[in-house]
Amino acid sequence: MLENYLPILIFLLVGAGLGGVLLLLGFLLGRGGKDAQKLSPYECGFEAFEDSRMKFDVRYYLVAILFIIFDLEIAFLFPWAVALDGLGMFGFLTMAVFLLLLVVGFIYEWKKGALEWD
Amino acid sequence: MAIWESIPEQFQMVLIILAQVLAVTIVVTLCVAYLTLAERKVIGYIQNRIGPNRVGPKGLLQPFADVIKLLLKEVVVPSSANRFLFVIAPLLSITPALAAWAVMPLFPGFTLANINAGLLYVLALTSLGVYGVILAGWASNSKYAFLGAMRSAAQIVAYEIAMGFALVAVVMASGSLNLGEIVEAQAGGAGLLNWFWLPLFPLFVVYFISGVAETNRAPFDVAEGESEIVAGFHVEYSGVTFAIFFLAEYANMILISALTAVFFLGGWLSPFQGLFGEDSVLGAPGLFWFALKTAFFLFCFLWFRATFPRYRYDQIMRLGWKIFIPVTIVWIFVLGAMIAFQVPPWFA
Repeated sequence: MLENYLPILIFLLVGAGLGGVLLLLGFLLGRGGKDAQKLSPYECGFEAFEDSRMKFDVRYYLVAILFIIFDLEIAFLFPWAVALDGLGMFGFLTMAVFLLLLVVGFIYEWKKGALEWD
Repeated sequence: MAIWESIPEQFQMVLIILAQVLAVTIVVTLCVAYLTLAERKVIGYIQNRIGPNRVGPKGLLQPFADVIKLLLKEVVVPSSANRFLFVIAPLLSITPALAAWAVMPLFPGFTLANINAGLLYVLALTSLGVYGVILAGWASNSKYAFLGAMRSAAQIVAYEIAMGFALVAVVMASGSLNLGEIVEAQAGGAGLLNWFWLPLFPLFVVYFISGVAETNRAPFDVAEGESEIVAGFHVEYSGVTFAIFFLAEYANMILISALTAVFFLGGWLSPFQGLFGEDSVLGAPGLFWFALKTAFFLFCFLWFRATFPRYRYDQIMRLGWKIFIPVTIVWIFVLGAMIAFQVPPWFA
């Protein structure tokens, strides 16, 4: 059972290894002089105005929170979907109620304008 | 052979797996290389040009010339960047894009890691890709990179929900999280009509379009948006660090195409299964069919890029939240009813 997961571990290591080798080659082979102008952050030829870790729109934050809620619902749905054959009509209707509650929440978000972007 | 037999049995197993993993990795990397060439050729012909044709016969060695050029370029790490995160971010992009292939059912009876939670593993790894983008944008300490990373993260996250719901439906239809079993659940006498694309048609469309959005490809490429924020999250990356992001993006395209083929077009199954029988050349399942279906979706990626203008960001968010999520939820109900009433030929 658990040895089925061994190829995954090896694949993760090989994947990271491939990237690592490429990075190493790039740092070894890449050539060119470095000066202050080249190393400064790109800003259309100007000196950087202020720190670039600036304030950002709160809507990005809102999207992240909504994502967590929905992703959790999906995580709940997976075991149910696998076992659907054995659950029959009762199982389906139970999840239908759960999904309906989700839909009510979704309509509330929609009406509140949480999904608007402009 | 004497040396081989002197190795303890556990190590033999590890070495065999390592060889298989390396083989898959090399094939995927070569596919990435030639996908970049195919993209330039296909878009070239769509725009009435002939594309690259100088390096090697008909330009066939172009990808290698590109790799060598990028390897020889200077790697610039901006002075204000967080050095560690800046270098680690490309690795975080490429590793999941490759490692997801571990659970891919390549041909009948062969999967590197035949695990029961294959679909969950795929979902987890495709979600990890966003960390590379966010870290790259944040570590660069550049305004364009930061904006690109924010946009990209919100977009990937929004489309992942629609993708997740589509996958829930695939699991409902097949009753398994194992990718090989999902393919086998689509086998049947009706050939290509037996595959899940037909009963799950809206979700098939939603899944593939979400895949295009997840990989930040045109027309959803506002994260790069050359005309507004230069190159987005990888504006500060040069040389090989840029090459790795490039590699990861194309590896992700191949991954999404292969997954769409597995979930909705029956992976290695033949479309003529019932027509010619499993013993004939055209009716037999095999790697060929899987590769053909994957290539079809890859061509769609290139076709989209050559055809559609870029979406505006608010339109992208509206499509993800207000169209795809309602469609998927409704279709889960429809599918539940189809399964409950055992609609033939899929759920009989």
